[in-house]
Amino acid sequence: MQHANSNGAAGAAKDGAKDTGAVQEFVTVFVGETMFGLAINRVHDVFIPTGITPVPLAPPEIVGLLNLRGRVVTAICLRRRLGMSAAAGAAGQATGQATGMAIGLEQGGETFGLVVDGVGEVLKLGAETHEAVPINLDARWRDLALGVHRLDGRLLVILDVDGLLAFGSDRPSTKAA
Amino acid sequence: MDDLLREFLTESSEHLDTVDTELVRFEQDPNNETILRNIFRLVHTIKGTCGFLGLPRLEALAHAAETLMGRFRDGLPVSGASVSLILATLDRLKAILADLEVAGTEPAGSDADLIEALEQMAAGEAPAAAPAAPPPPPLPAIVERELKPGEVSLEDLEAAFLAAPGPDDEPAPAPLPVPVAVAAAAPVPAPVAPARPPAPVAQKAEAPAGQAAGPASESEGPAKVQTIRVNVDTLEHLMTMVSELVLTRNQLLEIARRHEDSSYKVPLQRLSHVTAELQEGVMKTRMQPIGNAWQKLPRVVRDLSAELGKQIELVMVGAETELDRQVLDVIKDPLTHMVRNSADHGLEATAVRVAAGKPARGTIRLSAYHEGGTITIEIADDGKGLDLAAIRRKAVERGLASQAEVEKMTDAQVAKFIFDAGFSTAAAITSVSGRGVGMDVVKTNIETIGGVIDINTQAGRGTTFTIKIPLTLAIVAALIVRAGESRFALPQVAVLELVRVDPSAAQKIERINGAPVLRLRERLLPIVTLTGLLGQDGGEAEIQSGFVVVAQVGRQRFGILVDEVFHTEEIVVKPMSTKLRHLSLFAGNTILGDGAVVLIIDPNGVARQVSQSAQAGQIPVEAEAEEAEIGEARTTLLVFKGGNGAFKAVPLSLVTRLEEIDASKVEWLGGRPLIQYRGRLMPLVVADEAIQIRNEGTQALVVFSDGDRAMGLVVDQIVDIVDERLDIEIAAERSDLIGSAVLRGRATDIINIAHFLPLAYDDWARGPRKAAAAKARTLLLVDDSAFFRDMLTPVLKAAGFSVVAASGAEQALAILSGETRIDVVVADLEMPGKGGFELVAEMRRAGGALAGLPVVALAGTVGPEMVERARRLAISDLVAKFDRSGLVAALAEIEAPGLAQAA
Repeated sequence: MQHANSNGAAGAAKDGAKDTGAVQEFVTVFVGETMFGLAINRVHDVFIPTGITPVPLAPPEIVGLLNLRGRVVTAICLRRRLGMSAAAGAAGQATGQATGMAIGLEQGGETFGLVVDGVGEVLKLGAETHEAVPINLDARWRDLALGVHRLDGRLLVILDVDGLLAFGSDRPSTKAA
Repeated sequence: MDDLLREFLTESSEHLDTVDTELVRFEQDPNNETILRNIFRLVHTIKGTCGFLGLPRLEALAHAAETLMGRFRDGLPVSGASVSLILATLDRLKAILADLEVAGTEPAGSDADLIEALEQMAAGEAPAAAPAAPPPPPLPAIVERELKPGEVSLEDLEAAFLAAPGPDDEPAPAPLPVPVAVAAAAPVPAPVAPARPPAPVAQKAEAPAGQAAGPASESEGPAKVQTIRVNVDTLEHLMTMVSELVLTRNQLLEIARRHEDSSYKVPLQRLSHVTAELQEGVMKTRMQPIGNAWQKLPRVVRDLSAELGKQIELVMVGAETELDRQVLDVIKDPLTHMVRNSADHGLEATAVRVAAGKPARGTIRLSAYHEGGTITIEIADDGKGLDLAAIRRKAVERGLASQAEVEKMTDAQVAKFIFDAGFSTAAAITSVSGRGVGMDVVKTNIETIGGVIDINTQAGRGTTFTIKIPLTLAIVAALIVRAGESRFALPQVAVLELVRVDPSAAQKIERINGAPVLRLRERLLPIVTLTGLLGQDGGEAEIQSGFVVVAQVGRQRFGILVDEVFHTEEIVVKPMSTKLRHLSLFAGNTILGDGAVVLIIDPNGVARQVSQSAQAGQIPVEAEAEEAEIGEARTTLLVFKGGNGAFKAVPLSLVTRLEEIDASKVEWLGGRPLIQYRGRLMPLVVADEAIQIRNEGTQALVVFSDGDRAMGLVVDQIVDIVDERLDIEIAAERSDLIGSAVLRGRATDIINIAHFLPLAYDDWARGPRKAAAAKARTLLLVDDSAFFRDMLTPVLKAAGFSVVAASGAEQALAILSGETRIDVVVADLEMPGKGGFELVAEMRRAGGALAGLPVVALAGTVGPEMVERARRLAISDLVAKFDRSGLVAALAEIEAPGLAQAA
């Protein structure tokens, strides 16, 4: 996957790399039409989520658990995590058989799968296309976004992986005994 | 921190723990040279290593301790004070080691106090004169109280007496503290090697020479098992990998089952075997003797015994029993807590013990053994036992159970209240325990690892706690079930049995006010649906068929309704994701043979939900009895089986209690069955001639009581409690039945308790009570005894009256002058205060309708004088109590055109 970066990335990105030297690589993912970027060093896997076991009473973001090569992975729906409307790709998720792809992330020795609609290429981006998070963004997004990159014809929202995975602890548990 | 230091730390702390234990043993048995040698060697090793690693503080301390122990070897009497001093030194060593582990360097500080005391004790023949200075502030407080100057512990005295040669000419040991310095020399009989540093090899050579060397079984000496140290993480990783291998193997087996190709099968079989063996082998590496968790206990008990002034002996059996490391960690603290509890609450003070004729020294016995797939640990004391009466009281006070519930509970059930948070009956709170904190934590800890705890207590004889825990946490047997769309795993430890339920079959789910219950062998079992618990379905109506998994957690028994049960499987428990750990219903998750992830249901979590929700247990008796008293229209009836499987019922309000007694408790006196019940004899009467009182097993009884009399009605089986409109259809011809009614679609005989009471007590009918009833549509029943009112009401209803009851003459008069039109009065003649005759006399005086109101009087005995008096008051009839048919006939007569007429 790392080798894919040379082809797709916008020319601007390459230039930026030369200018600043501070080039970061991002795995791009899609939810609906929106493109998001995840720091590549946090991404362990890209896989197709199958056989998801739903967890009753779980927070809504959690799609369920799945078996990834013998490890139990907690699948988190990025769409629901970001509070995006479920309309577009909901059909598959409702049955627990998410149609899209999943990004394997690790945190604190646990594996999580971030379920998205699709995975794009890996982009190398420099600081010159980077913008701070626009202040008029939804509060939820503001907390989860690290910044925005201006690409040719579209925008890439960089997501904070630890922030994405932080919902369980800071949110009061729904049904704790 | 370099590896050498790390290894030193691990090794030293292990050594120190061993020394702790050994020292306590040594104190009790100061002549045992093997133990002394052992201790000496361990301390020496520590000292040597410290010197090598450049740890002067540790070295100096260890050196001073070693010197004193060297003096023991040379024959210095071993005293409690000196052992305490060495123990204090060990505590200091441990504290320094702990700092060392954190900081990597020895903490600053001075140990001059201890060293001085040690040296003084080693040098000075002045015994017990070592006032150990309190430890410097940065160290954790030492638990035990240091002996004051001139004070000698009881153990010390005892040890001295035991060790002293020749017969004692002193009286028995006085209670502590004894203001006498004991100087009795206790020479170590064995020839002692000169104080040269005993290298292990030299020791070995010496061993055979020592005349007094213990039996060869003292194996903890230099005879070493060949071991290597492996990092726990390495083992854990290995364990995980093996678990994965097991899963993969299971998947392969699953695939092979679907394919006919037999060329797979042989190698697969082999793989399967190898995997199983590998799994077992790796599991073994995780196993540790339970003795590791007990190591600190002798010291704890010794300190407690000094603190509490009790003589306590700790006996440990089965220390070599092995269990999983993880499990061991979890039970370590609970065990310590329970031993402390036993020492503090369980065992009486020495004086009390002696007064009770028990040995002055109390015993706490700790034993462990394997039993099936579980390990059983028992903690037994020979103390006073639990004060069950106090616990019952306290349980009611704290609102944990009602008085009635508490009385129905067995002693074992009552004892379990001590596991409730904050529950303490200790009259005095000591520094050791009694604050009601702890046993609940103990129970929680044990339950988190899938264990159960039980209590057996006998007043004056002691209390035994039995803990059963699984050998390992990593792999458990679980029942795989389906609920709704998903499969779940239910750990088998909590599962008692499986019951198939179906609306068309014998076992079906019934409802009480919407709460589903199942009849299971004379008990009602509250049912929860798994899908309901998990908030999955709204369709309560669907729960009709499926399987009920009967589970027990602590005192609670409940059924979990699932749609389907597949099979049991050994599953590898994987912890829940941190994001999901707040869901108390799940204990973890696992990957099944087919690769699917399933959630493991936590029975404890379910139990908590059950008791919180409205579906809670113990619905039947109390709740419904109350309702029956309020609502007139419905009557709550107890349904039982008696005689040839026929269903019979009796109004629940008449029933005092339901009992299951041990059939062997039934005694026969003069051909009549009796049992000892609550300290009195209670006659038993069979509910039907066809019933045989059982000789063995348990016998169900329905207990009726009135005042201080009680009788037990022998029934075959208590079936149910129903709350229905009582519509008695046929007045039976038999005096033991009121009639029959349809209850829950079954023809059921309603028994006439009045028939049975005289069978138990010939004179039950006599005595102050009885009622009058108003009749011709509405009947007023006047009786001071609620029992008789309850008993007669169904009889009168069966005869076609609507019944109004009054508990005395005054109330009866109030009713008569009220709005309700009363057609006939049935009054007991013998009532406290204003009797039946006075009541009738007032009615007659009142004139109007009351003057001519027909009255039937009930009397215990009917004499000519009474008949005359009744005639004067125009009482229609005088009927003997319990003459049910007589009463009904008399009322029938009044209905007939005939007017009031004396009997």
